[in-house]
This record gives sequence, structure tokens and C-alpha cells, in this order.
Amino acid sequence: METNIPNRDFTQNACKLCAPLGACLAYKGVKGAIPFLHGSQGCATYIRRYLISHFREPLDIAASNFSEASTIFGGGEALKTGLLNIVRQYSPEMIGVASTCLSETIGEDVPLALRELRISKGITGLPSMPFASTPSYAGTHADGFQAAVLSMVKTIAGADKPESIEQPVVNILPGMLSTADLRHLREISEDFGLKPVILPDYSETLDGGPWAEYQKLPSGGTSVEEIKCMGASVMSVEFGKVSTSGLSAAEYLEKEFHVTARKMERPIGVKATDLFMNELSHASGKPVPEKYEKERARLIDSYVDGHKYVAGKTAAVFGEADMVTAICGFLSEIGITPVIAASGDMSSRFVAAMKEAVSDFDEKDIRIIDSADFRDIEEAVEELSPDILIGSSKGFAMSRKTGVPLLRAGMPIHDRMGGARILQIGYRGTQAFFDSICNTLIENMQEESEIGYTYI
Amino acid sequence: MTDISILDERKKQIFTKGNDDFEMKCESQSVSGSVSQRACVFCGSRVVLYPIADALHLVHGPIGCAAYTWDIRGALSSGPQLHRLSFSTDLRETNVIFGGEKKLYAALTQLIEMYKPKAAFVYATCIVGVIGDDVDSICRKVTEETGIPVIPVHSEGFKGTKKDGYAAACQALFTLFDNFSPNMDEKPKFAINILGEFNIGGEAWIIKEYYRRMGVNIISVMTGDGRVDDIRNAPLASLNVVQCSGSMTGLAKMMKEKFGIPYIQVSYFGVEDTAKALYDVAEFFGDAELLKNTSEMIKAEIAEIHPEVLSIRRQLEGRKAAVYVGGAFKAFSLLKALKNIGMDVVVIGSQTGAKEDYKTLKEICDPGTIIVDDASSLELAKFIIEKKADLVIGGVKERPIAYKMGIGFCDHNHERKIPLAGFEGMLHFAREVRNTVLSPVWKLFPARNEVKKESSGKAA
Ligand code: SF4
Ligand code: SF4
Repeated sequence: METNIPNRDFTQNACKLCAPLGACLAYKGVKGAIPFLHGSQGCATYIRRYLISHFREPLDIAASNFSEASTIFGGGEALKTGLLNIVRQYSPEMIGVASTCLSETIGEDVPLALRELRISKGITGLPSMPFASTPSYAGTHADGFQAAVLSMVKTIAGADKPESIEQPVVNILPGMLSTADLRHLREISEDFGLKPVILPDYSETLDGGPWAEYQKLPSGGTSVEEIKCMGASVMSVEFGKVSTSGLSAAEYLEKEFHVTARKMERPIGVKATDLFMNELSHASGKPVPEKYEKERARLIDSYVDGHKYVAGKTAAVFGEADMVTAICGFLSEIGITPVIAASGDMSSRFVAAMKEAVSDFDEKDIRIIDSADFRDIEEAVEELSPDILIGSSKGFAMSRKTGVPLLRAGMPIHDRMGGARILQIGYRGTQAFFDSICNTLIENMQEESEIGYTYI
Repeated sequence: MTDISILDERKKQIFTKGNDDFEMKCESQSVSGSVSQRACVFCGSRVVLYPIADALHLVHGPIGCAAYTWDIRGALSSGPQLHRLSFSTDLRETNVIFGGEKKLYAALTQLIEMYKPKAAFVYATCIVGVIGDDVDSICRKVTEETGIPVIPVHSEGFKGTKKDGYAAACQALFTLFDNFSPNMDEKPKFAINILGEFNIGGEAWIIKEYYRRMGVNIISVMTGDGRVDDIRNAPLASLNVVQCSGSMTGLAKMMKEKFGIPYIQVSYFGVEDTAKALYDVAEFFGDAELLKNTSEMIKAEIAEIHPEVLSIRRQLEGRKAAVYVGGAFKAFSLLKALKNIGMDVVVIGSQTGAKEDYKTLKEICDPGTIIVDDASSLELAKFIIEKKADLVIGGVKERPIAYKMGIGFCDHNHERKIPLAGFEGMLHFAREVRNTVLSPVWKLFPARNEVKKESSGKAA
């Protein structure tokens, strides 16, 4: 992972989370999978409780539970015992393994331990065990997420396509979307007659209904079988251009199995969604279904109805670089200038991606803050006084202090219901997003007015 | 019933009352690969020191530990809010290779300059323990240069459990007394320190008000609504009253040794325990007037909440509760308080209980109750379902387990925003339990057998 080290000696209120969190989230999108962190108990527990607060769902993350002894003499044995204990208790189809800073620092050879476990006598029927190296000192949760997706594809995907699959299969590598976004993606691609392999897909594992019995591993998710076929798909669509460092999963599939890789911004806004629809149309050989033409038309219609509320307004957007870039592209489409685009990610590609996403980038005076923390963002907000903040609920303190309203998007959202299932992509998601932006601005206008208009 | 097996290694950590050879295996490392509900040493230290609002809390390590503990607690401050910010040295690859000492020094000096805190706590996390930064000497150097106490907290996560983190925090607090001696001639009358009270949702304020009405002086609360200067004056007290025994008995012992201050253990949770706590303090001083004030106040407070608690009790009579909390002492109080509102406790356990604690638990709970140490999420789910609990009491990680199965849940951890301490706290608790246990939403859950849908048996 490449990093550019920021010019400061401390971080105040981080605008990022640590890499294994991203890996755990990605692994949760696979059917019958359980994430496993090689490191101390604390990291696993903190990550668990953090994700639980966002998704409000049970979420088990196992750990090899480093002790002082394993830190000094190596944790290979603890790792193997831990994995076997997980197999015994959970019978998972996949154990998604990731390292933590600690196991990385002491130089644990996880792949070796995994190989040893596979060949040791008497152990049969072990599940798939992809491994992602995720030291947080070299990347953020966005990097951890991508690393886990790549490791799953590398470990599991092959070129074979089962006979039973008739429809054209398309790989969708969505990145860190909400559960509603993931469901919508499936709906759209199925409406094109495509069979999608969405990796990861935690739309059910982290947003399901009540249980009649306790489920060790919640139902839903992309199956290991489906991942196996990813090398035989007609193409891969991958959202996000920033947070994948090195080879992305789609690029890997192209290189190894000649599956055409299409990389694009996540589809927020008319233009970006059009692009996505075109790709699906291309892959399926079918025109865009009428349903979406209608949604698109309604969306443009509403852009017109709302354009004066947003005209000339400015925004500060913060969160994972891929999300920020896509939102900034969309904001430009409706006439809001994203004066601040900030991400805690450490990526040299952020600026380039912003230039691509925002068509008139050079004319606009957009401040891009890379490796940002909330102190940096707040200073910029105080200076540039945007009309709206768009980002995670961690921006609330800043919103309260500066008086700029916050529209919640991304992760984590710990202070609202439904924070994990905000629909943002496609024409429908954009519609909801556009309405929320307008309404936030209108509400602010009402609150700030002495008269309190009832008709705006 | 759900097919959940218990790992062999864990079988000595689970008992049902009535089982004869009861010898709990506890205070041990969690089994590798069990999804333990426990955290780490750092977590313990952070919990204790977090509420000191005029101190700088700098987490030395990669970003995670600081990010996950940013403003997540309900510990309120009546003044400065510095504790609610999250500072980290956010170590990067080069620091891990070449050491993080320079960065730590720079971060400390810059932050102290910017925020002018009364003291600084530097939490050494896992990596720091491995890369071998000399945190102590950096802290000493910055102490000399800035004139404020800069205190290392050795909380490397892998070096033990949350309990070891409590010990590290006690050690850190104790060093605050170094080079600082309050004028012992000015020892106020009937003066106490409250230890192990973290002012969640303003609990320390409720308790302080009781003592004020009794005529007892509070020198410091450790660490709820904490201030460095108050804590440094703590040696002026005649008695230490320890609430969260797991976290602060260590400090009380150290203070007894150094300053000769005796301590008692109390709990402010539930009517019975709160009343006992206040009487114990009054009796310690043995002053007639103080005793009179105390009993009058307690009577008045109980009279105030009694009718409503009684009516809630009638609504909840016979319902079952499962309790899984961090410290065992909290479990004792919860058991009593739940009985008070008519509920039977069917599962009880803690993350960090000691042998003695489990003996006590066994004595006070009803036959058939499952007692468990360091449970995993699967085990908890299993026991909760088997015992048909109507309510689970625990923390964030236990909540979704209960909810998924259609069972009410109450938080009893540091993230609460509502005070549960004292008499009015009991009322809040009773109301919350009622609101969740009696909520009509559970009727829609397949597991509660109220709705029979064709597909039940699997996920609905
Ligand atoms: S185990 Fe170590 S790295 Fe993990 S949260 Fe605890 S102190 Fe931090
Ligand atoms: S040590 Fe690394 S993996 Fe663990 S919590 Fe800290 S940043 Fe995250």
C-alpha cells in the first residue's frame, strides 16, 4: 500500500477507521463466513462493537487472542487453534483472516500457518481461508476492505462456470456501499436479465429480519461457489477509483481470466448512473428497462423542481475517498459546489479521481484534504463556511459547533436509525439523496429565518 | 433448540446453580477463536481515566484504539470537555520501523501548548509495547519542560485483560499524588472520596447530592466529572468509598498504604444497595446528626419512587432476566435490583469476575441459574434462549443478540446516557425495563411463538 505521510504529529478525531475493520466488513458479505483477526482480543472487540453500533445487527469476529507469550514467541499456534475452534463451533464456509498491526509488526507469516494447518494430518474439510494483510499503520478501513476483496478473489475465483448457470454472469465489486445500495444493485442487474456476483454483499447478513432460532452465521451473502465462478463472468464492474492500491479485484480478474474490467465511480447522479446502466446494457445485450427510464425521468424532473434551493450552494463532503469523489461528482451535476472534499484515506489518487468526477474541476476552487482528520476539516469549514456538510455522524460535533447542518452519509452512523441502509445509488438512490439535500437546506432556511416560513 | 456446542476448553467456566463441584475457572486468557465479549488492557485504562475532563488523553499507537474510543461514553463533565476529543499519534509505517518516540514527543508538546491541560495521560497500546518506545522517559521529559504531570499508562492490549488495564489506570492516578501534598492540617470534617464512579449520564451528580444532604464532604470523585486538582487533593479525605470494585479497589489499597485512608465497597445501583452505601458512610463517621439526616433522606427518597416502582413490579412479576456485564460487583447489584422489580434472574455472568465473586453469585442467585465467566456470543445466545429470558442486560455487543431473538434489552455499560444510580436511577431502570419487556413489538417475533408463520424454524 502506498501512503503519503501527513505533515503532522498527531491526529485529532480521526476521519478513518483501522484497516482490519474494513476487512471484517468485506468478509461479512460472504455466505457462511466469519471474520478472524490475527492479533489481540481488543482490536476484534472494538471493531465488533463499532460495526454493531452502525448496523445494529449481531456480528461475530473471532480473534487469535494474542497473549504476551504469542507476542514474543509468535502466534502461529494460537492462530491454528483459533481457526480450528471456529470450525468446530461455527462450521463456516469461509473464514476471512486478516492481520492487525500487532501481528504485522512482529512479522507473523499467516499464509505459512494457513498452509501448515491445511497439510497437518487428520484435518479435512477446512473452509476457504482468504487472508488479507491489514496493518493500520499502512492504510485505512477503505484499504482493508479492498485488500479483503482482492484476497477473496485471489484465493477462491477460478475460470470455471457451472453448467447450471444460463444467464450471463456479471461481477460487481461495489466497494463499501450501504445495505440498501447492495440490494438495489442486485435488483438493477437482475432487471437486465443478468446474474450478478456481488462481492461483497452484506445486504442480508448485516440487515436481516428476526430469527426464529439463533443463527451462528446469518443467512445471505455471496456464496463461495459464486466467487469461484468469477473468472468466467462476461465482465466486472468495479466502483471507485481511489481506494484500491495496486491491482484491484477487477483488474486481477482481467489479468488472470480475461474478464473485462470496467472501473467507474459509484453510480450517484444521472451521469454516473447512465454510465452504469450502459455497461449493464452492454453486458446483457438488452436496453435499459423502462422502469429505470421512468426513474431517470422523474429524477431529472425533480432536479428542475429543486434547482433553486441548491443553486450556488456549497458543501463539505468527508468520508472514504471513493464515496467523497462520487458525491462531489453528483453535487456538481446539480449545481452545488463541493468546496471541501476530505478523506482520512491516504491515497495519492484522490486528486486525480476528483478531477475526473467533477467536470469543471479546474474552475472550481475545491479544497481537497487527503489524510484528513476532523480538526483539518473543521478548520476548513470555519474558513469556507459551506452550506451543508455531508458525511458520517462523526461530523456532528463539527456541525453543532459551526452551525452548518449535517446530512448523514457513509459510515459510521451511530446516531440515527437506518444509517446503514441509506439508499444513495442508481436513479432511485440519487432521488432520495437529492431530496434529502434539498430538504436539509430548506429546513435550515426555515430555522434561520425569523419568520419561519411555512410555504417555501 | 439451537445447535450450539460449548468448546471443551470453556466447560469449566460455565455452571448451573445446584451443580456440586462448583469451582469456577476464571481470570484466564480467552480461548483463541472463541468470540469473546472481552476487550483489552487499553480498554480498562481508558474506561477509568476517560472522565478526567481537564486532562489530555493521548493514545500512542496506530489509529484504531483512539478512533474506536472517541466520545463513545456517557461520562459527563460540568466544565471542560477535553476528554471528548480523540487524540492519537496515529503511527505510520516509518514510525513502526524507526520508532515513535519523536512523534510522541512532538505530539505531546504541541497538544499541551494548544490545549493547556492540567495533566496528560499517554496510553501505550499494543504496537508501542512491541517497537519498544521509551514512553516513560518521553513523559518525564515533557513533564519537566511543561510543568504539568505527563503520565504514561502502560496499557498494551495483549499484556492481559481489562482488569490489568484498571490496575494501570490506578497506577497512573496514584502517580498524580507524587510531588503534590495537600495541606493535611486542613482536612475537612466528614470528608470522603468516591472511587469507581464515572458520572455516566450524571450519576456522580446524583450521588454527590445525597452526600451533600447528609452533611458529608466530597473531596474528589474518581473519576466521574474528574478534575486533576480534585484528584490530587484526594489524600485529604478520611474514607474512600469504592463503587466499581474491580476498577478502583487497587487505588484504594494504595491510598490506604500511603495515606492511611480506609476504604469500603459499596454500590449505588438499586434501592437496597444505595441505602446501604449511604448508611455505611454515615456509620463510619458515627455522628448522630449525620445518621439522622441520612435516614431521613433515604426514607424521603424511597417514598418518592416507591409507588411507581411498585406498579412496575406488578407489571413485570415473574418475567425472566439474563445478566452479562463487565464486572461481577455490578452483577450482584443488578440481581438484587431485578428481584426488586419482580424479575427472576436465570443467567448471570461477567467478563472478569474472580473466584470469590462467583461464589457470592452462587449464594445469592436462585437454583437453576446459569453462572458463566467470559462467555462468547454463541454461548450467551444459547443460554438466553434455553432459559427463555424476557430481558437481557449487557453492553453494545449483547444487544443485537437479544434483539434478533425478540428479547428486550437494557444497556448497563458506559455508553448509557441515562443515569441508573441512586434512587431516581432505580426508577429510570425500572421504567426502561418495563418499556422494553412489555413492548408489543416482541409479539411479532417467531421465536416468541406469538406469530405462527409457515416458514418458522428458519429465519423469518
Ligand atoms: S488490543 Fe492493543 S491495539 Fe487492540 S485495541 Fe487493545 S490496545 Fe489497541
Ligand atoms: S492495533 Fe491496529 S488493528 Fe488494532 S485497533 Fe489499533 S489500529 Fe486497529
